[in-house]
Amino acid sequence: MATTDKNGVLTGQEHLTAPERLALEEELTGTPPLVQTPSQTIGPFYGFALPFDGGAQLVPGTMPGAVRLHGTVYDGQGVPVPDALLELWQPDEQGRIVQEPGSRARQRGRFTGFGRAAVEVDGSYEFVTLLPGALGEGEARFAALAVFGRGLSHHLFTRAYFVAAGEQVALDALLTGLPEDRRSTLLARQDGPDSYRFDIRLQGEGETVFLDFPASS
Amino acid sequence: MSTTPGDEPQEQISREIAQMHAAAADRGVPARHALRDFAPYRSSTFRHPTHALVRTDPEEIERVAPAFGHVDVDPYESDLTIQHSGDPLGERIIVAGRVLDGEGRPVRNQLIEVWQANASGRYVHKRDQHPAPLDRNFTGVGRAITGDDGSYRFVTIKPGPYPWRNHRNAWRPAHIHFSLFGNAFTERLVTQMYFPGDPLFALDPIYQAIPDQAARDRLIGAYDHSLTEPERATGYRWDIVLTGATATWMEHEHGDH
Ligand SMILES: [Fe+3]
Repeated sequence: MATTDKNGVLTGQEHLTAPERLALEEELTGTPPLVQTPSQTIGPFYGFALPFDGGAQLVPGTMPGAVRLHGTVYDGQGVPVPDALLELWQPDEQGRIVQEPGSRARQRGRFTGFGRAAVEVDGSYEFVTLLPGALGEGEARFAALAVFGRGLSHHLFTRAYFVAAGEQVALDALLTGLPEDRRSTLLARQDGPDSYRFDIRLQGEGETVFLDFPASS
Repeated sequence: MSTTPGDEPQEQISREIAQMHAAAADRGVPARHALRDFAPYRSSTFRHPTHALVRTDPEEIERVAPAFGHVDVDPYESDLTIQHSGDPLGERIIVAGRVLDGEGRPVRNQLIEVWQANASGRYVHKRDQHPAPLDRNFTGVGRAITGDDGSYRFVTIKPGPYPWRNHRNAWRPAHIHFSLFGNAFTERLVTQMYFPGDPLFALDPIYQAIPDQAARDRLIGAYDHSLTEPERATGYRWDIVLTGATATWMEHEHGDH
């Protein structure tokens, strides 16, 4: 007899094809089979687990084309958040997405597009990376970011759009739909040679635009 | 009645939890995610956005996930009990399960990271001030890469509950922190696995930040005697489903405030 566990996952029916399994699960549970596992806060004690050597350096700082993406994470009172963790995920300068293992190993400085940075006690962070290439002709150039923190029950997604000094950002579907003042919270502005600034405000005045994506399937 | 922040009695926190759950139930749709704006969890007060999240279709980069593999993790990192010269103190356990996407497909060759307190409820962390003993043979950090069927398996020590400063006499139920990558960056998840029957569940504003009871229950590992090994360790099974961040409708309705 086929049964499901409390997550609605079918047990003991490994011989079935995926569509057969789904149909059977739905029949047995009367609901769509698989429901998202809820999120919980990262808490304050992830320090030995998540940060890793070179995590914030996607490329060596000496590499031609290396840029700094830096800023500070603030709470709703304008106080720097001392224990947030940021993850960055982006294509290379040509807009190519790397899909080879090694995102944590950092072998021979090979760029994989993934970075992780725990903020300092003053709320500041710094990635060393490459300018993300546009994913298509005339598209905006951005790095995807996930923000984790104590007090944040569910992480937040946002995007840092790189804007060189004197340049206009290419408006994509997301930026076009935003009012000017909110759009500006997503712009990583050039503040020096090979340096871009992107502050993150979790709440209140100048609150960063955070994103909600439809469930994948 | 005014109380110093951090010194409110449990009764007040429990009352606030009940109010938040009742408000969520009134909306008629199960609130299956942890609410970012959850006042009983005091640290959330100034750390949740007040604007509605902006719903957008993921771009190509967000529809794929960073790639990890055996180059990123050593096999021994999945056994938290062999990282030092001696055996850690406490109850040795095996925690195993599968990571699946919303259609039941295995999330294969992806990174899982875990961290936890030791058997006494103490983390190896300079800001953990709980006056319980550290264990020189336990760091409480593990990693694994999921198998082709999405499976993972950790050997560890059952963590103890620990006090925190949310309110007077606040104690976290025993838990293991899990960090997971799915098949897309939008499926990124950090969560906590709990143990069945913990008396602290009802009192804990982090666990209770998920208003829907069935959704909360999904964070509890199940004792599984088939995972238990004779003379060695008891087994807990916990499957994880990654479909991506969604159902934040509650926060949309809050609007600006
Ligand atoms: Fe914890």
